[in-house]
Amino acid sequence: MSTLTLAKAINAGLRRAMQDDEKVVLLGEDIGALGGVFRVSDGLQAEFGARRVIDTPLAESAIIGTAVGLAYRGYRPVCEIQFDGFIYPGFDQIVSQVAKLHYRSRGAVKMPITIRVPFGGGIGAAEHHSESPEAYFAHTSGLRVIAVSNPQDAYSLLRQAIANDDPVLYFEPKRRYHVKGEVAEELGTSMESATVVTAGTDVTLLAYGPLVTTAADAAVAASDEGVSIEVIDLRSLAPIDYPTIEASVRKTGRLVVTHEAAQSGGIGGEIIAAITERCFPFLEAAPVRVTGWDIPYPPAKLETHFLPDLDRILDGVDRVMGR
Amino acid sequence: MVETVSDFVQLLTPEGVRTPSPDFDQWVSDVDAPQLASLYEDMVVVRRIDTEATALQRQGELGLWPPLLGQEAAQIGSARTLRGDDFVFTSYRENAVAYCRGVDLTDIIRVWRGNAQSGWNPYDIGMAVPAIIIGAQTLHATGYAMGCQQDGVDSVSVAYFGDGATSEGDVNEALVFAAAFKAPVVFFCQNNHWAISEPVGLQAIRPLADRAPGFGVPSMRIDGNDILAVMAATRIALERARSGNGPTFIEAVTYRMGPHTTADDPTRYRDAAELEEWKAKDPILRVERLLDSLGLFTAEFQAGVKAKADAVAAELRHGCITLPDPEPLSVFDSVYTTPNATLDRQKAEYTAYLASFEARDGQNSDDVTDAASVTAASVNAVSVTAGGGRL
Repeated sequence: MSTLTLAKAINAGLRRAMQDDEKVVLLGEDIGALGGVFRVSDGLQAEFGARRVIDTPLAESAIIGTAVGLAYRGYRPVCEIQFDGFIYPGFDQIVSQVAKLHYRSRGAVKMPITIRVPFGGGIGAAEHHSESPEAYFAHTSGLRVIAVSNPQDAYSLLRQAIANDDPVLYFEPKRRYHVKGEVAEELGTSMESATVVTAGTDVTLLAYGPLVTTAADAAVAASDEGVSIEVIDLRSLAPIDYPTIEASVRKTGRLVVTHEAAQSGGIGGEIIAAITERCFPFLEAAPVRVTGWDIPYPPAKLETHFLPDLDRILDGVDRVMGR
Repeated sequence: MVETVSDFVQLLTPEGVRTPSPDFDQWVSDVDAPQLASLYEDMVVVRRIDTEATALQRQGELGLWPPLLGQEAAQIGSARTLRGDDFVFTSYRENAVAYCRGVDLTDIIRVWRGNAQSGWNPYDIGMAVPAIIIGAQTLHATGYAMGCQQDGVDSVSVAYFGDGATSEGDVNEALVFAAAFKAPVVFFCQNNHWAISEPVGLQAIRPLADRAPGFGVPSMRIDGNDILAVMAATRIALERARSGNGPTFIEAVTYRMGPHTTADDPTRYRDAAELEEWKAKDPILRVERLLDSLGLFTAEFQAGVKAKADAVAAELRHGCITLPDPEPLSVFDSVYTTPNATLDRQKAEYTAYLASFEARDGQNSDDVTDAASVTAASVNAVSVTAGGGRL
């Protein structure tokens, strides 16, 4: 057990995975001597060599496409996409190849590829550096999608993702990279499971990635006003742990989902539809989404008007409470 | 872009005359009369496969077929030089490559009958699931080659793609990566002159082989209808890769004599005269002429080849028309390597839906018990997949 930042926890998870399995190789831009633009792979090339920590030319489709070839050969590639908004040149390889090859080959070819993506805004960055593209991948059959919120999950879920024989999109909340927490070298509960962060009885509040902390803060603030919020960290966006959400909603009867990504076609809408199907008689009010707007990610000086924050989440809670 | 003989390497003219080449001859010096006859037989057999599959499509037994007519030498000549531990990544037209890799004939048509998204187990024959997305497989070949390099083995991966694919970003990225990592990969480009209706001149105003050196990848431009030139060039590239000297780009100049697929109509976009010109350069005809000049093209030999081709065609047809339709619920198979709760729920829903028809049908027959047990089994499956909980 040691105190690590979220970035260092990922680094520790990568190191451990590489120690445990020599077939684990890392590919990405600037991940070698520099240690990645966020220093997540700091020191790994020095420790494991340039054959296993591969600085690639600047081509995202090729990072993913060569990982497919390595996976055919029996490797477990971990690809780093430098920023969320840079993943689109690799989109075809992810959707048409990585996601489908196990199905296309009728189970003969496994694609144990982990694709790490720093995601989300709130850091005053330039265009294409603050996006939340997770819904595209949650919509794609054959992929697993993870979004972590704290150092322990960052470590444990990364190790599970790398060990999993399915391809996994692993989203890292870049504005929380420097948040510290205790990290035990354990795999923890299944990466498919959501966790209850704060128990409550009046409202179920779902969040993932960077907004889990904000949601937990909202629960504290709401309790001052006598509203008991149950905060659930989804962790897995595909598949979604519906039993955990259902149990909570049956208890509270009220549901709020928050994410930075745009609203339409998003994770929140999907969850609300599914929960409405499964828990309709238990709902006391129409579920509420507190999300980014359906706009391109705005310039840094306007991002506070895009990102859900404590007050907007509390406003959503008020609405679902009919207040 | 006009090709002349001097533009590419040719060891066997369309007239069947062996032309000496100081650089290339040594790479095919082992090709004796029996081997030549065997190469000829393979080419005739795969042309027969094409004919049979096209007929099966016309008869409604296949949904689609992409003929390789005219590209027999490019595919057989290259694939016959590979080792079992090499691995090929192809597009959808490389059925002659699959034949050389030892594919079960039924597996060739499984995809085109609509039964599955792939035919064979890639690890059984060292050949990946063919890529439909143009050029995507060149990156897979490059990554696989990087893996061979890492493993310290001298296996090579070969990427087969066409002239159209060279415009795709993936092919260009593959050349960048292969050069950067000196990957043991052979880029085998069959320039068959047509990407559906688009002529190669739209993809490139210079010979395709000229591009590769700019990436730091040595290239060769060869007569792709000359099986000896194809073998020699492929062996040069394989040797370079095996000895740690990195990738090679081969442009095999050939011609797609048939349509893009059975759904295509080339008369809408190309001259009949062009096809006639290429018929004169037929890859099989020139080997026939060479064999004849060697006194080997006897009636007995011809009868043997024909019998083999007919037998393969009969096997293909039999495999095709006796292929059972896949089970409905297999639509859910192999999406993930492990059970997935979301998918399991959908499968349970569809299982119950299908069973509701069987139950209804069952009420009108004597076999009510069986239908009821199907329903019961389905319901059971539902509760099992939901972990016993509420659905």
